[in-house]
Amino acid sequence: MERDDVIEYSLDTHHSEEEGKKIRKKIWFVTLLLTVVTAVEVLLGAFVKQGGSMWTTVKIIFIVLTLLKAGYIVLTFMHLGDEKKALKWIILLPYFIFIVYLMFIAFNEATAVGAEM
Amino acid sequence: MSGHASKEIDTTASWGGKVSPFSVSYGKLMMWFFLVSDALTFGGLLVAYGYTRYTFDGMWPIGEETFEALPFLGNGFPLVYVALMTFILIVSSVTMVLAVEAGHRMDKKGVIKWMLATIIGGFFFVGSQAWEWSHFIHGTEFGRVQLSDGSSAIVKGEFGDIESFEVIEAGAHSPAAGELITNENISEADGDLMHAFHHAAEEGHLEGSNATDLKIHLHDGTVAKVNRAADKDLQLVIKEAGTKYAVSLPSDKETRIHGEEATELYYEAITAGKVIYGANMEQNEYGPKQYGQFFFFITGFHGFHVFSGVVINILIFIGVLRGIYHKRGHYEMVEKTGLYWHFVDLVWVFVFTFFYLI
Repeated sequence: MERDDVIEYSLDTHHSEEEGKKIRKKIWFVTLLLTVVTAVEVLLGAFVKQGGSMWTTVKIIFIVLTLLKAGYIVLTFMHLGDEKKALKWIILLPYFIFIVYLMFIAFNEATAVGAEM
Repeated sequence: MSGHASKEIDTTASWGGKVSPFSVSYGKLMMWFFLVSDALTFGGLLVAYGYTRYTFDGMWPIGEETFEALPFLGNGFPLVYVALMTFILIVSSVTMVLAVEAGHRMDKKGVIKWMLATIIGGFFFVGSQAWEWSHFIHGTEFGRVQLSDGSSAIVKGEFGDIESFEVIEAGAHSPAAGELITNENISEADGDLMHAFHHAAEEGHLEGSNATDLKIHLHDGTVAKVNRAADKDLQLVIKEAGTKYAVSLPSDKETRIHGEEATELYYEAITAGKVIYGANMEQNEYGPKQYGQFFFFITGFHGFHVFSGVVINILIFIGVLRGIYHKRGHYEMVEKTGLYWHFVDLVWVFVFTFFYLI
């Protein structure tokens, strides 16, 4: 059904067989990357013990790897990287600001719970 | 052609209505807005988890100690099962993005193939989560014991198999004295040998001082000898200190209790009924009760998302099969359900790190 009062933006995302090949190649690359990163995380988790001297470093590595994975999922799988810049930031920015604020307030105040004034 | 129409629109009139300043359809934009709000919910849950853990005074359970079982293979595989679940979800996310890609080429067969794979992957994930919950709720074979000095410990090692109960004094429903109760002829109330054993331990209905020398009192008044193999390499990992034993360090296995001493303390505890198996909302064998509650809530809420994702995928899949989207000229519905499906994967990446790894 075609209506000329409705703009079908989804038609702009159509691509040819040629372009599809390139996109699929990228998808398989990201798959490999996510799998390898997960395997590395599990190995680190299984072999580096909590409370050991390496633990703080490993924790930071976990968080960096997680953000890396999240970035690839959002930007490639969810195509947010291909959307307009305005859309990208309207989704990511408010989220980051709020969650960082929530983390700051929750962890900063956590030690104050039950403490005497 | 509507495709051309978008290029003829004067961009200065973008905010005048009709045109989207983001060049996306209403449905896709709203899906993104929904996902942002849903992500805030999950973010809030994980921050609450971190907050609870941070305020908690004492040992918080360790992922690789708690989650180390595999179906059919038993214990000793730290985090392998969760890693497998993660991998299943990643793969089903990949098949989804391949379905979206096929949709962009108007390749109906491709969309069908990859969406079907996605749905199967989703079922696999929900199924493996069901197993994980079941294992978490039923607990380990050893359970968590409270020792005589007031300390409390989780137990590592290999639990000696229970072969049968040899009746000493017959009860209301048991075979005669001298005969064996096995998993085949055990009464329905007792379930199976392991269940009967755990139940008796919790009630303090066991007597004895080590694995091969135990007497059990069953529901119906039966007293029986427990025919069991010996435990192997039994170790007590102290989680709460008592008057005698200090908390075991995760980084040093020597701080656990080993050998004869461990066996003696363990059987002293379970014959006194001081043992917890598995988990519910009130208590669990892994750690503080908030740990169990967060496990159920966070993984449950995520599992609910996966389940609804599978249902939505099936609905869209039926639409694809009937050719609705092909007639429409684009597969945007597949793209939208794909966004939701990837989001479920995205959330799991964070749950995996903050609940299981750290």
